[in-house]
Amino acid sequence: MTNSALALPEPVSGALKRRPLVLRYAPIATIVLVLIAVWYVAAVLMNLSLVRDGFEREETPYTVSDLLAGTMSAERPLLPAPHQVISAFADSVFGYAPTAPRSLVYHSGVTLSATMLGFALGALLGIALALMIVHSRVLEKSLLPWIICSQMVPILALAPIFVVVLGAMGLQGLLPKSIISAYLCFFPITIGMVKGFTSPDPMQLDLMRTWSATQRQVLSRLRWPSAVPYLFASLKVAITISLIGAIVAELPTGAEAGIGARLLAGSYYGQTIQIWSALLASAILASGLIGLVGLAEKMVGLRMGARP
Amino acid sequence: MSNKADAAVEPVPTPQRLAVDVRNVSLTFATGDGKVEALSSVSLQIADGEFVSFIGPSGCGKTTMLRVIADLQQPTSGTLLVNGMSAEQARLERRYGYVFQAPALFPWRTIEKNLRLPLEIMGFSDSEQRQRAARYLALVNLTGFERKFPWQLSGGMQQRVSIARALSFDPALLLMDEPFGALDEIVRDHLNEQLLQLWDKTGKTVLFVTHSIPEAVFLSTKIVVMSPRPGRIIDVIDCSFPRDRTLEIRESPEFLKIAQRVRAGLRAGHSYDE
Repeated sequence: MTNSALALPEPVSGALKRRPLVLRYAPIATIVLVLIAVWYVAAVLMNLSLVRDGFEREETPYTVSDLLAGTMSAERPLLPAPHQVISAFADSVFGYAPTAPRSLVYHSGVTLSATMLGFALGALLGIALALMIVHSRVLEKSLLPWIICSQMVPILALAPIFVVVLGAMGLQGLLPKSIISAYLCFFPITIGMVKGFTSPDPMQLDLMRTWSATQRQVLSRLRWPSAVPYLFASLKVAITISLIGAIVAELPTGAEAGIGARLLAGSYYGQTIQIWSALLASAILASGLIGLVGLAEKMVGLRMGARP
Repeated sequence: MSNKADAAVEPVPTPQRLAVDVRNVSLTFATGDGKVEALSSVSLQIADGEFVSFIGPSGCGKTTMLRVIADLQQPTSGTLLVNGMSAEQARLERRYGYVFQAPALFPWRTIEKNLRLPLEIMGFSDSEQRQRAARYLALVNLTGFERKFPWQLSGGMQQRVSIARALSFDPALLLMDEPFGALDEIVRDHLNEQLLQLWDKTGKTVLFVTHSIPEAVFLSTKIVVMSPRPGRIIDVIDCSFPRDRTLEIRESPEFLKIAQRVRAGLRAGHSYDE
């Protein structure tokens, strides 16, 4: 028997299936353009009465084009136009030193550090809980209901309690925010990893048994690698949740810095443009974080022999 | 070596060490709709170095039999010795290698790493692991595939890897549960020949579950015919072909005669059922 005769044919080269760059990005570009157009129309409609009232209050004569121009450049519009958000965003990102309190980079950095710490804590907690649940039926029965309950309480109600209690214990600043963020993001990781740890084939488990492998060996050599795809799927969900958790945690803490603080300040003073640019910053942060997890997933996948 | 097959025909062979000694073993499963008797007081003695095939329709307990010997399932009653010790002890001392219907390779490990997995678990040294992986890959003609991942190999090659993996820690007993069931006829013939050479070279005891009469007759020194509901042994047929037999013996009258007897046994078991 020749070995090559039994080998699978090489997979068809990817270049045949790959379409030109323009075509690949055409759908997403179209959607972005449509959304921007809708946004402009909405900005005109929503800001119209505001601008007209302004002109009438000052008793200045105005034309339709004055009105339209006004809706695009109002100082505190109901809905700022896209270019206003972009320029305010660019201003607050590039206009100040990254450590200045008016710099969005500074605020994003504050939120990012709470997010990362919360994500790390949440991931550790999530995996630890999953391990306990998988290895003990008693723990599964006693832990799982509480884990599910923990996610049914609205975080907005819980966050101030956390802050007060942790504050009384002398914890302030980064840690309370991270704990709130971890509280939110451990859940998808626990659920995903329970599924992942129990995903090995019965045959593979039987094999380990025939080699009389220890529980620890079964975990490290079979359950853990089997769970890796589930791990990354749940990490992607968890990292956006932990960002949201960090932002929400900044609201009741009366934080002076962070994206949440910017949102809060913006809504106090009716600075809608500031709110939107803070939202833009958090959206960019979230996609960057998901991208990073995706990259890690790809690299791990390559090492674990995933099909290219 | 080749006269051992002849010895199996004699009524009382010189007292050999028994690889497997099954006495009155029964196994009852409790299922949703009542109890199922998977094995009903089965007794069987298998000498060292034999190649024993278990054949029978689905549900006759042949796989269960293998799993009981492997201590993957515990019998409800009866006694069972594997290599002179209890099945559990034999498993704990890694006295057998098990090959399943599917290769069950670990997809995130390369072929070499797959082969080294049991060795890793059993605490072989790194150099010993590497040496054995190379030796057993060569034994199944897969040298050069060390760094490939399982999905890059065909089904037949994957199953050969799983056989090499079962042999890698050199167990005296090889348990094979329809290892070639999912492969096509041509690949199967090749692997049957290779398995036979392997058995001849290594002198291991092989217990082999199959659905195929020609496969059973071609490979075995002893064929155990089983029948379902309750799972029991209805015939044990000795096969006295030389150990270095080739596929050509399948045309011989003797081969056909044994195949005939196996088929008759299977049919008898079946009509009993209806």
